[in-house]
Amino acid sequence: MEFFWYVVLMGILAVYVILDGYDFGAGIIHLFFAKTEKDKKAITNAIGPFWDANEVWLIAAGGVLFFAFPTLYASSFSGFYLPLMMILWLLIFRAIGLELRGQIHNPMWEAVWDKAFGIASLLLALFFGVALGNVVRGVNLGMVTNGVSTQEAHFFFLPLWNPTFSPQADQLGIIDWFTLFLGIVSVVALMIHGANWIIYKTNSDMNTKLREVVFKLNFVLMALVVISLSIWHKIEPEPFHNFLDNPLLCVFPLMCFAGMFGLLKVKTYQHDGAGFLFSSLFLLGGFTSTAASIFPNVLPSTNNVNPSLTIYNVAADDYGLSVGVYWFAIALVLVITYFIIQYKVFSGKMDDVGYGEH
Amino acid sequence: MEEMLFYDRMQFAFTITFHYLFPQLTMGLSLIIVYFKWKFLKTDDITYNKATHFWMKIFALNFAMGVVTGIPMEFQFGTNWAKFSELTGGIIGQTLAMEGMFSFFLESSFLGMFLFGEKIIGHKWHFVTGLLIFTGSWASGFLIIATHSWMQNPVGYEILANGRFVLNNFSALFTNPWLWPSYLHNQAASLVTSSFVVAGIGALYILSKRNITYGKLFLKTGVIFGLISSLIVAVPTGDLLAKNVVKYQPVTFAAMEGIFHTEEKGAEIVLIGQPDVKDKKLDNKIAVPNVLSFLTYGSWDTTVKGLDQFDETIHPTNISGLYYAYHIMVGLGTLFIGLMSLAVLQLIRKKLFETKWILWALFFMMPFPYIANTTGWYTSELGRQPWLVYNLLRTSAGASPTVSSGNTLFTLLGFVGLYMLLGLLFLLLVGKIIKNGPETVKK
Repeated sequence: MEFFWYVVLMGILAVYVILDGYDFGAGIIHLFFAKTEKDKKAITNAIGPFWDANEVWLIAAGGVLFFAFPTLYASSFSGFYLPLMMILWLLIFRAIGLELRGQIHNPMWEAVWDKAFGIASLLLALFFGVALGNVVRGVNLGMVTNGVSTQEAHFFFLPLWNPTFSPQADQLGIIDWFTLFLGIVSVVALMIHGANWIIYKTNSDMNTKLREVVFKLNFVLMALVVISLSIWHKIEPEPFHNFLDNPLLCVFPLMCFAGMFGLLKVKTYQHDGAGFLFSSLFLLGGFTSTAASIFPNVLPSTNNVNPSLTIYNVAADDYGLSVGVYWFAIALVLVITYFIIQYKVFSGKMDDVGYGEH
Repeated sequence: MEEMLFYDRMQFAFTITFHYLFPQLTMGLSLIIVYFKWKFLKTDDITYNKATHFWMKIFALNFAMGVVTGIPMEFQFGTNWAKFSELTGGIIGQTLAMEGMFSFFLESSFLGMFLFGEKIIGHKWHFVTGLLIFTGSWASGFLIIATHSWMQNPVGYEILANGRFVLNNFSALFTNPWLWPSYLHNQAASLVTSSFVVAGIGALYILSKRNITYGKLFLKTGVIFGLISSLIVAVPTGDLLAKNVVKYQPVTFAAMEGIFHTEEKGAEIVLIGQPDVKDKKLDNKIAVPNVLSFLTYGSWDTTVKGLDQFDETIHPTNISGLYYAYHIMVGLGTLFIGLMSLAVLQLIRKKLFETKWILWALFFMMPFPYIANTTGWYTSELGRQPWLVYNLLRTSAGASPTVSSGNTLFTLLGFVGLYMLLGLLFLLLVGKIIKNGPETVKK
């Protein structure tokens, strides 16, 4: 039962990464590459009718985490208190930037919300990468000092950073060189992804340039992935043991690489959606590979006193998990139906939707 | 510890109070919008479609505010109330996860279509998407109140040796006797807010002699919806809910009504008076004898238990706050019924649009349903104290053990600043929509 809900949770998160990922990416592209009003309109039209529903996948992940793995929810949400609050504030800024911009036609008003939307998107992409880094690296569960837990074994708290900025320090921080590195990987990957979405959903004048941007950033991404594989062992001595034990899991990293190789030819694809398909494959593969590498852990412990949190020691009881399957199955059918309707109605290019013009 | 708990509670109270200013409008308004669209489909009168689009704009803004201020609510269970989440997540997580899966997906998938898709999908399907938005938002309210009802009156659970609550009866969550009266009471109250807003804007247009056609339509619709909903808020839903409190939380009831000493030969109902908790009395009280016994038990001289019957450790922690919240809600609710009755009476006599004082009253009354809804929720939440899960888990045992009070105060201040900004922007933009009026809608 735990494993079923683990797969569900990771599935929802993976969908979230792909869907809201293109929103964040489009926001970063908006910040750096959208020069004219027409470019900006193209971007907001391309994500306008979708972003809200995309963000619901995050809420759904939070809900499933809460009910299926309450201990993990309680532990991680209180332990990562500060970054989560900042993520909330950024999500708010990003949403109002997007929603309020078109309400008043005034250059200052528009400039402010453009920047709010763009900068919040950039920081969110960075923060989500940092968050992933924190989960992989693990935390000081039970807040052990001098070999003694000062809190219950599954609780902890992290400040934003520590003076040494190191993932191997005794007192960890949210941001260290390792988590920051993953944050940068996330920004680059989502920029590629967002640009691909814009190419797919618009006839914007930027598209030719964006293909060039994707092409170049893909090399940066490849370099970053290679570096990350080589530094991974600093925080986890045997990072690949799950893949060696169970070669079937290698399908995840293969998806990741296939995505990157597919993007090598992004400039020549006939179909505008091809690039998006490959960057989705990369994100899906990257996210699932990371999850698989620490399985069955969901939050590793960095001390020897308290055990890591695994899907088995954080789950709710069996009755609750089983009864959840029934309503979840119904809900999933509905969600997929809505999703199909939504993407059918807003299929094709979105240049004429007029999003945000009331 | 004390300080930490205080900031955790302040943060939740502040963010939820601000958040609920928006859903209380959108839940009721979605029904009124669907009504306008339906009238348009039936009559083909363009006025109704313009009315639909005018209120859609206001709805969209409120909905966006509701969404962005709603996400912090789900986060805060974990960030600030980690111990509570850990112990009860297996139960309240069910209903909260269901809210995400059943209503947020429904609302968010169709909102885009509802707001921007009329050209693509046509009027009939536009009506249907409106209906779906209505369904989604009412389902969301239902699941939140199911969660809330479990905290007020826990059912279908057992407690393990390690203190964890586990679910043993899923359907009990939805047959909880607390749930249905609360839900209907709340939904009717949400419709009261929307009706007063619709009627108030109508009155504004008539009084300022602009958009007269729409002013009349809004006024008429607002007062009819308003009378029906404010009656339902009182009877049967408010009445049933109060009887639930008497049955399951008698100490809360005593504090709400300001009964310090048990009244044996029939309890009086207090209309006015300030509680003096230290000396256990009410200052300058105005009360009507025996009425409370009658309203509660249907007989004039039944004994009503006072706070003196209960151990002080289970008294609500803020008796005065609870008393005021309850009395403000009831007082305003009564006022709403009175005003809406007069307005409907004038409407029937075809004099409503000329009765200036009612128009002014309706215009100035717009903020008060918000106050009534808020104080209603305060009654419920302050009434549950000192418990998170009534009689089983104390509020002081639910906060996050590792988050220091300094960090909570920091984020509380952040929320206060951010929400002030949101509030200002909201008022600015709503003002603009109202000023432009329904005529300028591009349809």
